[in-house]
Amino acid sequence: MAEIVSLADAIERAVHNGDSVAMEGFTHLIPFAAGREVIRQRRRGLTLIRMTPDVIYDQLIGAGCASKLIFGWGGNPGVGSLHRFRDAVENAWPGPLQLEEHSHAGMANRYVAGASGVPFAILRGYSGTGLEGLTGLSGHPAIQPITCPFTGERLTAVAALNPDVAVIHAQRADRAGNVQLWGITGVQKEAVLSAERSVVTVEEIVDELDARPGAVVLPSWVVDYVAEVPGGAHPSYALGYSARDNDYYQAWDVISRDRERFGRWLAEEVFGSGAGSLAGAGAAEGGNA
Amino acid sequence: MTATRPGPAPRPGSAGPGGVTADEMMTATAARALRDGMTCFVGIGLPSAAANLARATHAPNLVLIYESGTIGAKPGRLPLSIGDGILAETADAVVSVPEIFNYWLQPGRIAIGFLGAAQIDRFANINTTVIGATYAQPKVRLPGAGGAPEIAASCREVIVVVRQSRRSFVDRVDFVTSVGFGDGPGSRERLGLAGAGPRKVITDLGVLEPDPGTCELTLTGVYPGVSVPNVRAKTGWDLAVSASLDVLEPPTAAELTALRQLQAATPGSEGAA
Repeated sequence: MAEIVSLADAIERAVHNGDSVAMEGFTHLIPFAAGREVIRQRRRGLTLIRMTPDVIYDQLIGAGCASKLIFGWGGNPGVGSLHRFRDAVENAWPGPLQLEEHSHAGMANRYVAGASGVPFAILRGYSGTGLEGLTGLSGHPAIQPITCPFTGERLTAVAALNPDVAVIHAQRADRAGNVQLWGITGVQKEAVLSAERSVVTVEEIVDELDARPGAVVLPSWVVDYVAEVPGGAHPSYALGYSARDNDYYQAWDVISRDRERFGRWLAEEVFGSGAGSLAGAGAAEGGNA
Repeated sequence: MTATRPGPAPRPGSAGPGGVTADEMMTATAARALRDGMTCFVGIGLPSAAANLARATHAPNLVLIYESGTIGAKPGRLPLSIGDGILAETADAVVSVPEIFNYWLQPGRIAIGFLGAAQIDRFANINTTVIGATYAQPKVRLPGAGGAPEIAASCREVIVVVRQSRRSFVDRVDFVTSVGFGDGPGSRERLGLAGAGPRKVITDLGVLEPDPGTCELTLTGVYPGVSVPNVRAKTGWDLAVSASLDVLEPPTAAELTALRQLQAATPGSEGAA
């Protein structure tokens, strides 16, 4: 059964140094507040997993939390580059970032395999692309050809993803910790079911979850921690609760473009509120590089 | 806004002599490639502007499908991301990401896929991954694949929209993110790619189409005022030119009005791209 705890407690208990962590949410319901809490708690050596490591992972990568990234598309949607991600890949700043790269269809199917308890998924895809030949984090190819045992047809196999922890944001949970999300639901259900542990931040905790069209419900017994974090998806949005803050994505392009400006953002916006003595360290880390 | 606009080619984002920008030319040309009732897998930016322009003009029953799982979206403005709330609110159905790829795209249910590119080569292979000689130490790290490889493989046809320059139009892409025609004739069949591949490449200078025999991208149309030497100068290979080169019609007044209304209804939109 899920425990209802504070965000700080949820991250403290679920996310450890060196863990593989999948924070999902496809443009909608991105768990930004949880991402900042991971930075605040100074997790290191994470393997970050995400279909679209957009601004949320730019923040974690720039803050030095990640040493590896498994992903499909790393950009600032509708704006351009992820500058912290690029700085890590192109210049190893603030440290080297090892990549395992897939398409979105590959990532989605890897979660499906993980959630289904099978070691790999099959799809038509990758054939003839440069992605086929890339080495995964294991040192072996992350994408392998496979022959259908029934038809002899050549298809593509991708390994299951089973993260140590999945982190998502949802609209609501009830007091028993059952979680409900609706609108664009992305790959969050698969991420939670593929992971060893899970953290869900929600806009609100309610007495009863009334039906919503197209909603995904995650029963309390597949969720470990639920934390009430209104606005926890900002600058992305939560359908029915908030609108996407498009200006933030534009502003991020400026903030993230240089290391010093990013360091100031970390000091002020992440370590500045409620983290006290950690603020100085964060500023120095970003500013001196 | 005049419907016929002689004179030099407009620059991206800036109004040409007739008040039409290069982005507007590209968007209108891309919109015209879509027919009413088609199903269309749409990415954000210019492809989304083109698909929504088509729906607002000659193709009201165009079925817009976004990777976020929104099927039959009917936004009254241009969405700002593929997961814009307006897509879910106006869609016929909203499905999960695994479902959109596995049930809808992969079996070949979708007629047209729209793709952009950082680099494209003479066989219409697309690179959105890295610029530079090696993957491990790239000169420029690009966003990566996203949904593009499977869109390129499984949509029944593909339209590519990309601005033309020697940097973007290269003899061979540094990395094949999405397959066009591979090494040439027979490649797609050998690789088991079900869709027919790129049908048109729409640029800010004109339109290129694969030669039916060689699969090589060939210039088949230019915008008014664009010369063939100008296009060749912005192509990184010895560009073949169709014997029946078209001069493409500029956007009509109705198309421009519809496009500008869509953009005006979109907060924070910089325009078609």
